[in-house]
Amino acid sequence: MFPPQFDYHRASSIDDALELLERHAADDPRILAGGHSLLPDLKNGRASPRALVDIGEIDALRGIGSGADVESGADSGADETAIGALTTYADILESDRLQRHAPVLTDATSVLADLQIRNRGTIGGNLTAAEPGADLPAATLAADATVRVRGPDGERAIDAAAFLGADGSEPALRERELVTEVRVPHVEAGGYAKKTHPASGYAMVGVAAVLETDDGTITDARVAATGVLERVVRLAAVEDALVGARVESKTIEAAAERAGETIEPADARSDDHASGEFRVHLLSTYAERALERAVDRVAAGAGGTGTAGDLE
Amino acid sequence: MTDRRADEDAGETAGPTRREDEALLTGRAEYTDDLSDPNATHLAFVRSEYGHAEIGGIDTTAAAGIEGVLGVYTWDDIAVSESPGVLPTSTGSLDCEVPAHPVLARDRVRYQGQPIAAVVAEDRYRARDAVDAVSVEYDPLEAVVDSVAATAEDAPTLFDGAPDNVAATTDQGDREATEEAFADPENVVDVELENNRLISSALEPRAALAEYDAAEDRFTVTMTSQSPHGHRRKLAHTLGLSERQIRVISPSVGGGFGHKGHHHPGEAMAAWCARDLERPVKWTATRSANYLEGAHGRDHRTTAELAIDDDGTIRGLRVETHANVGGYGLDGGASMPGWYGGLLSSQYRIPAIHCETHAIFTNTAPVHSYRGAGRPEAIYVTERLVDVAARELGVDPVELRRRNVIEPDQFPYETPVGASYDSGDYERGLEEALELADYDDLRARGREREDGRLRGVGVACYTESTGGGFESGVVRVHRDGGVTVSAGTHSHGQGHGTTYAHLVADVLEIPTDDIDVMEGDSDSIPTGTGTFGSRSTITGGSAVVESAEAVLAKARRFAAARLEVEPDEVAYANGEFSVRDGDEGGSRSGDDTADTVSFADVAGMAYGWGVPEDMDPGLEETTFYEPDGTAYTFGTHVAVVAIDPETGELELERYVAVDDCGERLEPTIVEGQVHGGVAQGIGQAVSERASYDGDGTLLTNSLDSYAVPRASHLPEIETGQTVTPSPRNPLGVKGIGEAGTIAAPPTVVNAVVDALAHLGVRHVDMPLTDETIWRAIRDSR
Repeated sequence: MFPPQFDYHRASSIDDALELLERHAADDPRILAGGHSLLPDLKNGRASPRALVDIGEIDALRGIGSGADVESGADSGADETAIGALTTYADILESDRLQRHAPVLTDATSVLADLQIRNRGTIGGNLTAAEPGADLPAATLAADATVRVRGPDGERAIDAAAFLGADGSEPALRERELVTEVRVPHVEAGGYAKKTHPASGYAMVGVAAVLETDDGTITDARVAATGVLERVVRLAAVEDALVGARVESKTIEAAAERAGETIEPADARSDDHASGEFRVHLLSTYAERALERAVDRVAAGAGGTGTAGDLE
Repeated sequence: MTDRRADEDAGETAGPTRREDEALLTGRAEYTDDLSDPNATHLAFVRSEYGHAEIGGIDTTAAAGIEGVLGVYTWDDIAVSESPGVLPTSTGSLDCEVPAHPVLARDRVRYQGQPIAAVVAEDRYRARDAVDAVSVEYDPLEAVVDSVAATAEDAPTLFDGAPDNVAATTDQGDREATEEAFADPENVVDVELENNRLISSALEPRAALAEYDAAEDRFTVTMTSQSPHGHRRKLAHTLGLSERQIRVISPSVGGGFGHKGHHHPGEAMAAWCARDLERPVKWTATRSANYLEGAHGRDHRTTAELAIDDDGTIRGLRVETHANVGGYGLDGGASMPGWYGGLLSSQYRIPAIHCETHAIFTNTAPVHSYRGAGRPEAIYVTERLVDVAARELGVDPVELRRRNVIEPDQFPYETPVGASYDSGDYERGLEEALELADYDDLRARGREREDGRLRGVGVACYTESTGGGFESGVVRVHRDGGVTVSAGTHSHGQGHGTTYAHLVADVLEIPTDDIDVMEGDSDSIPTGTGTFGSRSTITGGSAVVESAEAVLAKARRFAAARLEVEPDEVAYANGEFSVRDGDEGGSRSGDDTADTVSFADVAGMAYGWGVPEDMDPGLEETTFYEPDGTAYTFGTHVAVVAIDPETGELELERYVAVDDCGERLEPTIVEGQVHGGVAQGIGQAVSERASYDGDGTLLTNSLDSYAVPRASHLPEIETGQTVTPSPRNPLGVKGIGEAGTIAAPPTVVNAVVDALAHLGVRHVDMPLTDETIWRAIRDSR
């Protein structure tokens, strides 16, 4: 079928994009980045905007850095990394800085779809679409990232939970707002473990874990799951069990055991390959695998604050 | 015989190549959907949203009013046309009188996706929009999708002519002898199993471009066909024409697996509309349409019992199967289950076998042959049952197989289910596979290893019937000595171009570069049967070789005339005829007479002015070849699996395939067929299942939900071989196209059950998804 007719606008800058979105507000404009969610929606009639704003040529939206070199201006400082919204998965994967300081994100990116998609898809598009079972929402949630957006009301910084609706609210992005960058705090002790759905390639279950430690004690833990519910969700019971505990295998295992506690199998996603019950069951194993990866990185002392002293 | 292959392989470091591959790999090969005609129109279907419904009314007004829409058709239009408008069906072999599949639904739909209306527009986008604009009034009926449930007293009925939904019940083997074997057996072992329903996932969906020449009253249909002449016949049936009025061209085709040999509404409606509009009509199925419409494969529900002595001697095999044939009998689809039992003897001496098969209509897409077509279903039953029996008797499954295997001196071996095995050394294949897998060592290492996972080893043996029916093969020598070889088979991945060129080059002793191979045009090839059932090298290969031999014999007579000797005094080597040593020929007229004459010169003579006396001009031969009987491929596959007991996750650590397909003409192609077949067989074993809900809605209607294995899901496939030539064709070959889809499912399932047996797991139905395995472990505890 023909997608209903739409006007195509190519934005030359963020300001230009915002102006285009404003000017064509009546046409229910959609932003075109990597196109992986939008184009199938257009073809299948699930979306019928009358205007598209292509942001693909806005170089200011692309790149990974300390923040000084992305368009928003403010230096994000040494303890976080700013990722431009148009940055592709492949670029994220190739970033030494992210590999070192935000391994939860590069872990998740490394198992995201396939090479062709990784060369084209963008982090901003991924988080905005937040498809059920997508990997990056879990990683950004566990990383406690901040999503910066610009729109009619100026610039806003939204924490990942609100942006993704992980707290049960509606996703926070408003009409005619544009994601400009994602800021990821540096935590070396992070990891992502994924059970890939054999057909779709999305996560049947994916768990992202980030640990902050002080001298062998866990001071903060963020564990997020994708694939199980329609939206990404924090596994509070696991986190509670971890905070204050020592970084030890048995702590990790006991905490991971509690991964399914807060999710009713009947509420979980279900299909021919994995029922809700099975997905909830898998959560513990994948929480454990993600936490083990995180702990391994504490152990490796990859510049983080944790130590490996008391690890078995 | 000189090996012509040496020429083209010289300098290759990566092994022999296929002549087809360059065009395929560089994107230059042309597929049906690549073809464009500036005048072409585009066809799309309105498909049933329901699995079972009466159609109240169809309103096409809005669709017809869309700019660029040329026609909107329903059954009423077909009914008043000169075409019968139904797909062929093998009603003669069924137990019931039921209507054939109409190209557009008459008043009732029997599966989701059944075409109800057809729209033709100037472009495919408008056609799709017009599809959405057609409104259909449905009166939904209760649906039934399971073949056993469909036979229940209160099950909904699809056809008045088959009130119990039974299309046919068929007996194979000897019921009485089998009853006797089960009368007082030392042991009876039984198993109830499901052979999961599959969907053909060829890379290229089905497509057709139909053109109608009103002046000649003749059609040209370019389409995705495994069998151009077969589709010509079926199109003639649906359109109400003679075969002579239809030309079917099948260009490059991206995978067949059976469903591109079957006749569906798409190509038939494209042709019908092309005549109605007098414009070319193009139709390309979407992936989802391809999935909805079928033909699907497998879907058997089976109970099987083995009568077996304490010492492991098998006495009898009794099988009852409900085979789901879907909403209509598509061609021979509904009668196909009736002969599936022909391979139930697998590699064993089983004195008595009886198989009763019920072909059942349900509200699902029509089911027909899918790579293996009944053989995977049969071998799966026997190979699972033998494994279960071994475990219950406390014997190693391999040992039980050894005790019952058919011995080399027993060939030809007649099974109780009508198969006549031509040749084999089954035990040698088994031992070869065990050695390659290092079976004794695997057994000695036990189940549990240091990483906490459970190991299992599975073995399955198989036989495969290959090479039925006749095939045509033409060798045409052109005036300059170039050769065109053609056959009624069709290559869509099988590499016939390479194989046939080599075969003919070996006979004619000319370079393969001088030989073209042509398939896929019903006008250019006398007639043919097509490519399916692992038949092409046996039938098409033998046909082109016989033609090449006849060409060479005639060429020799031309050469003899030129050399002025008798034909039996002519030697031939490397493209050159000469007088045989010692036959210096008293008959020769003098010094002016040539000493040698080339193959190309002979071709010139054949078409030149004034051919020698007693000879007809021309150098071309046509052979219609039918083998002396079926060739039975066989082999043994071994799988090693590791299972995480917490998650049910299955890793195929190793996969060993030892196959005997007789002479291996093209080892690379044989290897490729084994790899592809094993991949597809593993897909059935671990991830693929076409799944309907109770209303007849296909839940797995795209690649997003139907799990075809990716390369990364598959283990390295270790291959080995034994070679037992078939005495039933001149090449000594046996087919290899389906061996992997037959052997892999029981091999993998046997391995998984082996890993779980100590927990009390006796059988697990495919596909062995993580959850299925996890539940089997959990429920055993």
